[in-house]
Amino acid sequence: MDLIWEGLRKALELLVGLDPEVLGITLLSLKVSGLATLISVVLGLGAAVAVALNEFPGKRLVIALMNTGMGLPPVVVGLFVTVLLWRNGPFGFLGLLYTPAAIILAQAVIATPIIAGLGLAALQHLPPELRLQILSLGATRRQLVWLLLREARLPLLAAVMAGFGGVISEVGASIMVGGNLKGSTRVLTTATVMESSRGNFEVAFALSFILLVLAFSVNALLTHLQQSRRPR
Amino acid sequence: MSAPLLEVRELAVHRGRTPVLDIPSLRVGPGEVLALIGPNGAGKSTLLLTLAALLKPSAGTLAFHGEVLDSEPKRQAYRRRVTMVFQDPLLFDTTVRENIAAGLRLHGVAAEERLQRVEATAAQFGIAGLLDRSARQLSGGEAQRTALARAFALRPELLLLDEPFSALDPPTRGGLLEDLGRILADTGTSALLATHDQAEASRLANRLAVMKGGRILQAGALQQVMNHPEDPFVATFVGMETLLQCTVTAAVEGVLTLALGGHELIAVGEAEVGDPILVGIRPEHVTLSLHTDKTSSARNQLAGTVTKVIPWGPFHRVELDCGFDLSTWVTPQSLTELALAPGRPVVAAFKATAVHVVRKGHHGGEAAQT
Repeated sequence: MDLIWEGLRKALELLVGLDPEVLGITLLSLKVSGLATLISVVLGLGAAVAVALNEFPGKRLVIALMNTGMGLPPVVVGLFVTVLLWRNGPFGFLGLLYTPAAIILAQAVIATPIIAGLGLAALQHLPPELRLQILSLGATRRQLVWLLLREARLPLLAAVMAGFGGVISEVGASIMVGGNLKGSTRVLTTATVMESSRGNFEVAFALSFILLVLAFSVNALLTHLQQSRRPR
Repeated sequence: MSAPLLEVRELAVHRGRTPVLDIPSLRVGPGEVLALIGPNGAGKSTLLLTLAALLKPSAGTLAFHGEVLDSEPKRQAYRRRVTMVFQDPLLFDTTVRENIAAGLRLHGVAAEERLQRVEATAAQFGIAGLLDRSARQLSGGEAQRTALARAFALRPELLLLDEPFSALDPPTRGGLLEDLGRILADTGTSALLATHDQAEASRLANRLAVMKGGRILQAGALQQVMNHPEDPFVATFVGMETLLQCTVTAAVEGVLTLALGGHELIAVGEAEVGDPILVGIRPEHVTLSLHTDKTSSARNQLAGTVTKVIPWGPFHRVELDCGFDLSTWVTPQSLTELALAPGRPVVAAFKATAVHVVRKGHHGGEAAQT
């Protein structure tokens, strides 16, 4: 128990004292996972809309793949991204390995199927005739997509939260493609693993608390957005 | 005759390889309200979706004001002049006001006019007091009024209604039918109404088309189809419950004498002596008494016995055996007065004009396709 209180005290101390290193790590986590989520929203929702609105052969297979993708183990993604970005690998010339961009890339690969899968479920949950009704009111294709996304906004924001929650808390891919380099690619999760393995439990706790508060704050903000524009 | 608003030619829709719709020709004129009636699975919804340009037919053409809709831009433009209302109101998760405004926003109608049209349409449908209510809180009738207002706010030239009342309770449905009938007449809007309820059809429509198995069996003016069904299926669907296969034994100045087993019926119509003929009788045209009434204007008076008495809403349905099966409606009062019960001997009376000639020839063959 003492260890936990000590961790909480330390966390407050680091936060209140605006410890530059902890602050840097926190901001980097937020930036990397935020950007990865943003990319995933664009790609994932795009895929969800494309699959939901079109009939094509093999649609069920695509949906099954999207749903499988929701459970991609971060270490597997980390391994593939590492191999692709490896100095002699196909994208090695970009020099991205062990940079924040590599983490963003890996996290986007993790979050995209989550947002695509949950987003597709959200869109497919709408009444099937709603699409016809909207078209019959004279909507263009673009207006149709916008109205459907708006109607599914509650479960879609839940999908975004699930995507963000998945990447802000993953450690496997971040450590593999980022390398946990101090001041460059060290994020909250990789730092926690490192401090814990060194026996610096109070620092590890402090970082964990910050991670929890961060995840909570972002989700609270999205929940607020989700619930506020809903007429009662 | 004015040019048709909408004209369909050689329309066919297939689901996989199965044909689900086959409509050689159909026209809707300006201000016309056409009811499509038929059982579930007759193809009414499929036809409406095709006419709304929401479903691409596998063959055939759709022409609006004489112009064939042969490209996607034309179909898109057409969808802005024609609107469909479904059985499920399919409202957006927002206020009633924003729901009614939704179509106007899609059409790019400016804010000022939009507000004014929303208010005016809401008033027409009696939901002006609900404008700031969430669509989630509406009753079934209010939700369907909102859906209709959303469609009407667009001032469509043609309204396609896919059983919009079938989920409503009878009083709610009655009120809405009355209001919609008045609004359609006031605005001169043409409409197609799919329903399986002939009463609903006769309250709103001036034309009627009876559908079965993806085909239109008969189409025409409401009273024409109701009173002169050309096909046994149409006859039963418009409420002509008793269908009898007879032979013409005499034809004098439009009055036919028909033989049916050992019985004789008098009907009005044209036929040759010796012709087989199918006639129909509506239950509401049959009255019951205990004795033959020589002074009655009913030329058909047949003795029979009651076989069944079934309570049916405010009335009772009485089935008789007069040598053939005949059914009728009676009030609870008559039921008591005549002491109607299975086995009771009665006299069934109906006028010669109540015996409608459905078709000449033998019953049982498929309806002739026109």
